[in-house]
Amino acid sequence: MSTVTGVSAADELPQPDGKKPRQGDRASTGRIGDRLFGGAATLSGVIVIVLVTLIGAFLVVQAVPALMNNSASFFTSRVWAPGGEQPAFGILEFLWTTVAASTVAMLLAVPVGVGVALFLTQYAPTWLRGPAATLVDLLAAVPSIVYGLWGLVTFFPVWKPVQNGIEDTLGWFPLLAPTGISGGTIFFIGIVLSIMVLPIVTALSREVFAQTPTAHKEGALALGATQWEMIRTSVLPFGRPGVISAAMLALGRALGETIAVTFLVSALADGSSWTWSLFNGGETFASKIANNAAEFSNPGKTGAYIAAGLVLFVLTFIVNSIARVVIERRKAFTE
Amino acid sequence: MAKRIDVSDLNVYYGSFKAVEGVSMTVEPRSVTAFIGPSGCGKSTFLRTLNRMHEVVPGGRVEGKVMLDDQDLYASSMDPVTVRRTVGMVFQRPNPFPTMSIYDNVAAGLRLNGVKNKKTLDGIVEQSLQGANLWTEVKDRLSKPGAGLSGGQQQRLCIARAIAVQPQVLLMDEPCSALDPISTLAIEDLVNELKNDFTIVIVTHNMQQAARVSDRTAFFNLKATGEPGRLVEIDDTTRIFNNPAEQATEDYISGRFG
Amino acid sequence: MSTATDRRVPGDAAVDDAVAPPGGGPSRDALAEMRNPQRSRAVTDIVARVVMWGAFLVAVVPLVWILGTVVAKGVHMLTSSTWWTGNQRNINSDDFGGGARHAIEGTLQMVGVTALIAVPIGVLTAVYLVEYGRGPLARMISFTVDILSGIPSIVAALFIYAVWVTTFGIGRSGFAASLALVLLMIPVVVRSTEEMLKLVPNELREAAYALGVPKWVTVVKVVLRTAFSGIITGVLLGIARVMGETAPLLILAPYTKNFQRDLFNGNFPTLPMMINQDRGDYALATAAERMWGAALTLILLVLLLNIIGRAIAHLGSVKK
Repeated sequence: MSTVTGVSAADELPQPDGKKPRQGDRASTGRIGDRLFGGAATLSGVIVIVLVTLIGAFLVVQAVPALMNNSASFFTSRVWAPGGEQPAFGILEFLWTTVAASTVAMLLAVPVGVGVALFLTQYAPTWLRGPAATLVDLLAAVPSIVYGLWGLVTFFPVWKPVQNGIEDTLGWFPLLAPTGISGGTIFFIGIVLSIMVLPIVTALSREVFAQTPTAHKEGALALGATQWEMIRTSVLPFGRPGVISAAMLALGRALGETIAVTFLVSALADGSSWTWSLFNGGETFASKIANNAAEFSNPGKTGAYIAAGLVLFVLTFIVNSIARVVIERRKAFTE
Repeated sequence: MAKRIDVSDLNVYYGSFKAVEGVSMTVEPRSVTAFIGPSGCGKSTFLRTLNRMHEVVPGGRVEGKVMLDDQDLYASSMDPVTVRRTVGMVFQRPNPFPTMSIYDNVAAGLRLNGVKNKKTLDGIVEQSLQGANLWTEVKDRLSKPGAGLSGGQQQRLCIARAIAVQPQVLLMDEPCSALDPISTLAIEDLVNELKNDFTIVIVTHNMQQAARVSDRTAFFNLKATGEPGRLVEIDDTTRIFNNPAEQATEDYISGRFG
Repeated sequence: MSTATDRRVPGDAAVDDAVAPPGGGPSRDALAEMRNPQRSRAVTDIVARVVMWGAFLVAVVPLVWILGTVVAKGVHMLTSSTWWTGNQRNINSDDFGGGARHAIEGTLQMVGVTALIAVPIGVLTAVYLVEYGRGPLARMISFTVDILSGIPSIVAALFIYAVWVTTFGIGRSGFAASLALVLLMIPVVVRSTEEMLKLVPNELREAAYALGVPKWVTVVKVVLRTAFSGIITGVLLGIARVMGETAPLLILAPYTKNFQRDLFNGNFPTLPMMINQDRGDYALATAAERMWGAALTLILLVLLLNIIGRAIAHLGSVKK
């Protein structure tokens, strides 16, 4: 092996002691074992890249022909009739339902999740912290199909009268107008989604809150701040990027949640009129695809669903990227 | 089994950063050579070039020559793994493998290199632990985790582990800096015994320690802040401490700086 | 924070309010607060405390409610021995009982195969990222792992469908679903293994190198060995995560009520799909019972993996 020269990555420069957490490639040798093992590790990483690339490529390749034959506007039409001689399909309804339900979920889950994280890190008595954190983590372990069942069979009958009450008193407000849908509504799906993503918000927020430097906290307390003032002046500002990225990851999860939503949505009749009401029904991207899995009969039809899946992919990708960027920026600050 | 090290005109780089410049020295076999100098003067960095450990850090490389008797350590045909088997190393903080017992720790170097014979291993483990003055303390609990020992015992365990692969040279990078005075004394006694069999190079911040254990002492310093470290002088320890050739050495020894 | 709405709560006058000079003559409220700032701040503090406890309770309610429902409605199915030995062959929605063994075995077999593919790829990728990778390739891999971890399960399923069924014309099968689950499991394994490898102190790698141990032996016998329990934990949590996934099964592995060991041909029984099957007739008491029974069985399997995983993590950390 010849000497490595001219490594430009300035960020890799070690301290003069030579302490550096990463191992350089020079630690490995030209031995067969090293070549095989290092090769296998590299290959695995490359496989991951290839898989992700293929996912994008296959979805695009199969969506494009269907989109070319589409006689409706893909982004602005509410029609979904991908079969037949003259396929016509648009995703507006799914986009609205998906985004609206996820937004409701965020509005509910983020404040509660942050509250729970603050409770677990700042307020709970020490003996309760471990068990309580485990309890919240358990929520994350429950399979989403179970949330779906519970929402469908147990929670919906309890929720329905509440929704009727809201419609009676606040129905004049466009977002809360009655629509006559008897099954699960956007708002209801939002509530169930909020329960599902709560552990994500809590887990990540808890992590960053727990990392608040003791010096900051003690600094505030030494000035005579109450516990809440200490949290407001040191814990919350320190944890804000963490909370934002937690919310984004949770949003990504909510957007793509499939089975629970599939159990709960009420499909809209063809040609039903447009309403802004959150008490309307409607399919999300994921539920539409899942509900029609049996219909993937011809490439054109399948392509329409794949095109819808592609939009969902892009949507979650954007949301997750925002989360990553926020996390990275925070890392840059703390390191 | 001890060999002489000849270094000529060695520069050490990390990436484009020159850490050590122009070191030439000879390390005599069966003796203890101490490296002293202020923090960041490159003495540890230089030490790591003697068994090519600097190469595990990205961008680490050298210019110049290091000869172990008649072997060129940096010859293109030379495998760094072989170099490290010949030139052992003991680190600043004791670092026994946490998942291994005392026995397994000492046997690790041999086992990981494919020695399986139980009898051979038993013999070498006992011999190495005795060589590290640890045998009587641990012989009844060889199967216990090495991490359960005290800091000083752990460091002697690491020395046993290092000598178990029967190296020619033993490099010690501030081996006592994490230890209490009594454990330090035990290590220093051990160094005195080990020099009968090995060429020993020890980096230390403690000048008394250098005076106590070493036959020869090398003083490293920075030319100026931001400049690479360099060897100021190397000589018999008594001479360095009583009558050094360089003013800088005198200043450092007498505590005027550093 | 010192807006008009905050004033309604007599406590929200925090530090900044206490020092803010009241512009143009203090109101009655403000005077009261200034006279007794300690008290109003204490009230805010208590209000905040109550809110945090409230948030926690609000979070616990659904969990207890959900688990309570599933246990109450499903537990008696699990007490019958047929449940653990039989299948659903010739049992219609309005028939009582039947077994879940076909679905339990199917689920375990499916996630087993998934793990067999995903774990080596995931662990080796993590090894690359921590022990070998730097520069653009490592950054690229890390980025794609992030993308993969955000992919909705339905999209993973669509991808496998597009490759497996549409492109290669191979029928839907348990294995096709396994492949979709592999996509979901890889990022979990990579990230958890990466965390664990980073926790291995660098001194141990150096100790091994200094003994003249080749790098790959160091990684396998020292680094992976030291991180072993943590990696196992991550793998188990990853398995638990994909075990409950339903969307890929819906698209790729149609359900069968029979025993079926062949992962490669035809329909395949799994617990989530068994739940889905009976969900269609949950108004019938017979189907509802089975549905909750299967849900409870699934939760128990997932929890069991979680508990084992956490226990291993705990034991591993005690040793350090």
